[in-house]
Amino acid sequence: MNFNLLRASIDTRRHVKTINMDGGLLEPSPYSIKAITILDNDGNRLLAKYYDETFPTAKEQKAFEKNLFNKTHRANAEIIMFEGLTCVYKSNVDLFFYVVGSSMENELILASVLHAFYDSISQILRKNVEKRALLDNLDAVFLAADELCDQGIILEADSNAIVQKVAIRNEDIPLGEQTMAQITAKYGQQVSAATDRVLQSAKDQIKWSLLK
Amino acid sequence: MLSLKRDKKEEEDGGGNPFNNLEKSTVLQEARTFNETPINPRKCGNILTKVLYIINQGESIGQTEATEAFFAMTKLFQSKDPILRRLVYLGIKEMSKIAQDVIIVTSSLMKDMTGKEDQFRGPAIRALCSVTDHSMLQSIERYMKQAIVDKVPAVSSAALVSALHLGKGSQEVIKRWVNEAQEAVNSDNVMVQFHALGLLYHIRKTDKLAVNKLVSKFSKQSLKSPYAYCLLIRIAAKLIEEEDAGSESPMFDFIESCLRHKSEMVIYEAAHAIVQLKNTTAKDLAPAVSVLQLFCSSPKPTLRFAAVRTLNKVAIKHPAAVTACNLDLENLITDVNRSIATLAITTLLKTGNESSVDRLMKQISTFMSEISDEFKIVVVQAIRSLCSKFPRKHNVLMTFLAQMLRDEGGFDYKKEIVDCIITTIEDNVEAKEAGLAHLCEFIEDCEHTVLATKILHLLGREGPRTPSPSKYIRFIYNRVILENAAVRAAAVSAIAKFGAHCDDLLNSCVVLLERCQLDTDDEVRDRATFYVNVLKQKQKALSSAYILNGLQVSVVGLERALHQYTLEPSEAPFDLKSVPLATQPIAEQKVRDVPGEVPSSKPTQDKVAASRQDVYQEQLAQVPELANLGALFKSSSPVEVTESETEYYVQCIKHTFNNYIVFQFDCTNTLNDQQLERVTVEMEPAEGFEVIKYIPCPLLTYNKPGTTYTLVRLPSEPTQDTSRKHLSDQVIICSSNLFTSLVTGTFACVLKFLVKDCDPQTGEPDEDGYDDEYVLEDVEVSVADHVQKVMKPNFAASWEEVGPENELEDTYALSNMSTLEEAITNIIQYIGLQPCERSDKVPEGKSAHTLYLAGVFRGGHDALVRAKLALDTSGVTMQLTVRSTDPHVSEVLATAVA
Repeated sequence: MNFNLLRASIDTRRHVKTINMDGGLLEPSPYSIKAITILDNDGNRLLAKYYDETFPTAKEQKAFEKNLFNKTHRANAEIIMFEGLTCVYKSNVDLFFYVVGSSMENELILASVLHAFYDSISQILRKNVEKRALLDNLDAVFLAADELCDQGIILEADSNAIVQKVAIRNEDIPLGEQTMAQITAKYGQQVSAATDRVLQSAKDQIKWSLLK
Repeated sequence: MLSLKRDKKEEEDGGGNPFNNLEKSTVLQEARTFNETPINPRKCGNILTKVLYIINQGESIGQTEATEAFFAMTKLFQSKDPILRRLVYLGIKEMSKIAQDVIIVTSSLMKDMTGKEDQFRGPAIRALCSVTDHSMLQSIERYMKQAIVDKVPAVSSAALVSALHLGKGSQEVIKRWVNEAQEAVNSDNVMVQFHALGLLYHIRKTDKLAVNKLVSKFSKQSLKSPYAYCLLIRIAAKLIEEEDAGSESPMFDFIESCLRHKSEMVIYEAAHAIVQLKNTTAKDLAPAVSVLQLFCSSPKPTLRFAAVRTLNKVAIKHPAAVTACNLDLENLITDVNRSIATLAITTLLKTGNESSVDRLMKQISTFMSEISDEFKIVVVQAIRSLCSKFPRKHNVLMTFLAQMLRDEGGFDYKKEIVDCIITTIEDNVEAKEAGLAHLCEFIEDCEHTVLATKILHLLGREGPRTPSPSKYIRFIYNRVILENAAVRAAAVSAIAKFGAHCDDLLNSCVVLLERCQLDTDDEVRDRATFYVNVLKQKQKALSSAYILNGLQVSVVGLERALHQYTLEPSEAPFDLKSVPLATQPIAEQKVRDVPGEVPSSKPTQDKVAASRQDVYQEQLAQVPELANLGALFKSSSPVEVTESETEYYVQCIKHTFNNYIVFQFDCTNTLNDQQLERVTVEMEPAEGFEVIKYIPCPLLTYNKPGTTYTLVRLPSEPTQDTSRKHLSDQVIICSSNLFTSLVTGTFACVLKFLVKDCDPQTGEPDEDGYDDEYVLEDVEVSVADHVQKVMKPNFAASWEEVGPENELEDTYALSNMSTLEEAITNIIQYIGLQPCERSDKVPEGKSAHTLYLAGVFRGGHDALVRAKLALDTSGVTMQLTVRSTDPHVSEVLATAVA
């Protein structure tokens, strides 16, 4: 009797996730992005947008992000095939930017979206692409992601246009244009809280800022 | 200033993330601030960002909570602050799926959408479309149409993109926006152009002619947006694919012209599309390959990756086309991006020659541990094709595969390696011993039950036939001691096979199996007891039937038959012959999955095959006239009996039962001004056959397939006519042609029906009709319709089991065949039996070959055929030997080729 046959047909009911590396022709559609995300240097999510049902639950999404981060945070290789998806990425200091598309998607389209995303964030954060700055401007970052891609369709791929649409307020005036009173007030606060040595250095700071 | 203060506090806290540890309930509590007047935009913006952040983190928000927050948020429309307003749009979009009564914001959003602030208009449209349902769509339709052609690109893009999203649900309304979309394609803004093209295609995609026009129009007027170009290339490629056209298509010229576009994105898309097309020659590919070659030396990793990945695909079908890039690929095998390096090496493995294999394998083994499982599988697949291409290299490759088996890896990866080793073993006799040894080592430490059972099954099949079978027993018996029940059971079966096949090992195997009778698991014990008893009989026929070749029924069929039997208990014992046989997968599918290989690799196919037969069985049982014919023995694949583009399109499927054949005619009426009634197919039966009944199809309307059946009784069975069994051999041979003619025949078919003309628009038929007929092509019944393919993993054992009692032998000269392969294909086609032991593949350069075929004849008679073929100058000479459990079956088969 061939019991193996019986057993085997039962085994296959436990479906194994298949991996598609072959590519093929894509259905012509303007929907090209599956997800964009920004992770910090521990692989935690700062922003994530999923545009289709590849990862339906938050749990699956986070597991995917974690695995993706583990695969990518060491080697800065810019592109990886991962779990049957094409992921392009870019990192700076403590931030990792990812754009994810189908394995059949044109890799250069994904890369163009990644660059638009990174450059617009960089402009919004005034070249200071770090976690701290990102969190301080999270509202603008959300708006930029929204202007970049709408439910999977690339909405705008020019970083200047994105920044212009986000139109952040101009209240963070550069140091040189602030009035004396503002500066002394600012540093005065620190003075009161510091020890003598700190006081000295604070005075130096004031001196330097005045010299500028 | 404010942010500086915040920074300081965070530094004291030690945490860098002000959004860390946000509590959902506290944040939603804070959202009540939105109700205060006057609104403080800064504070409210901050809180709204927090809300968006927790949603983004994947917190689930209940409907009531969401609705409350949503209504609070609508208050913020009073503020004119641009950032706050934009955040509100985001909030609306996020909440639109969870909160109730979201349409409350429609009027506010419509005001923004048509207002003066250009900055608000685009986002407002997108937010509006996320809260709009289809019933509301009518009311905003006018505004959407205006927005699509708006001067401001952001507004136009927003409207087009939203239209695409809405188009997923209701195509109807969107269809009316086609003129606006057409106008928007001509926009100066690149994104508007892309979105408009996307919408235009979405509206027209069901109309092939319109899509054709769309592509030819826009391929002439040059678009500005590279994205739009990429989309257009994909549409063109799809058209080529659908028309099954090649490089002569004007669409192909367009794609090729895109190879000279200035944007890399477009060039790559075009090259990728050309590579993916089916009907391309190496010459068509050349321009695409040369741009990909240029990309290989790009400083951008993404571009290199894209190029080498596409070249890798080209190499599968046209390795010669890629050889020109070998030098560039060589430079990439040390690329820092391991994905690129792996793809480069596997491509080289496909295009390179035998001498480069060693070097490349060495290179790749240096970073095997660094690449992801997906790429490891790519490497294994490359090795698999190498093994069949350069059989002499099996030593290097096998060692490499064994090394990979030892390394860490997931199930898919290990399975791929095991499959690769198994295929190599089966295709290459020299590699067998080394391969089996590696697999033995692997199961010593294998965590995957499926793979372990698979390998044990393979050992049971191949091991006994190696020069020294005894050395495998130790590995197998170790599994019995150490593994889980499923693996132990498989090991028991494997040991039994050694005992059945090798006489000198029989006693030791029985001892081992007797020990297994003390196992804790029922299945293992049962198997052991069963095998011990069979083996102790020391009868070759029994061993062959119950150990070496096993059951040949379809598992699904057996399950169904047993269930049926338990539902209707009867005195008669359960008849195994009433169970449909396991059908073998059709030839094309065998290329990768060698049949008879360990079952776990092919149950998907088994299932498909079984379910196809099951579907027919069920369909036939639905027809009362056909319900009592017994179990369905075999269903043929459909044969067209009309040209595919005639007035009526008819396919025929032959269902063979024990004493009857049912011809199933699937008819389609392709005339929209006719309605057919009482459709039957009248058949002129061949000698000995008798048409019992026509079962008409009552109504056949335009383009709706219908089915009519014709029931034919087979000639009084030679195989079941016991009186004839007394005839001497002499008589049988004399009447052999008679027997064959009683089994095969040609039927002339005529489609008869009553025609009623009808209005093509409404489908209303006239009251009166007239009879008409339509001549169909003849339907042939051949020997192959009477036999079912069955795989005998151990043909020699079955051959002995059936015995020489009803053996017939004859020699034929097949003068019109010039190769052994051709002869084999033809013999299989005529006889319709299953080739066993991979005897349908002829080793290269051999001039003699033996083909083994096995199957079951209608009525449940085993049938085996051995065809010894020899090639000489005049053609192929064949010595055909047939054995069967019934003399007449031998007769029929022996004459099938003649």
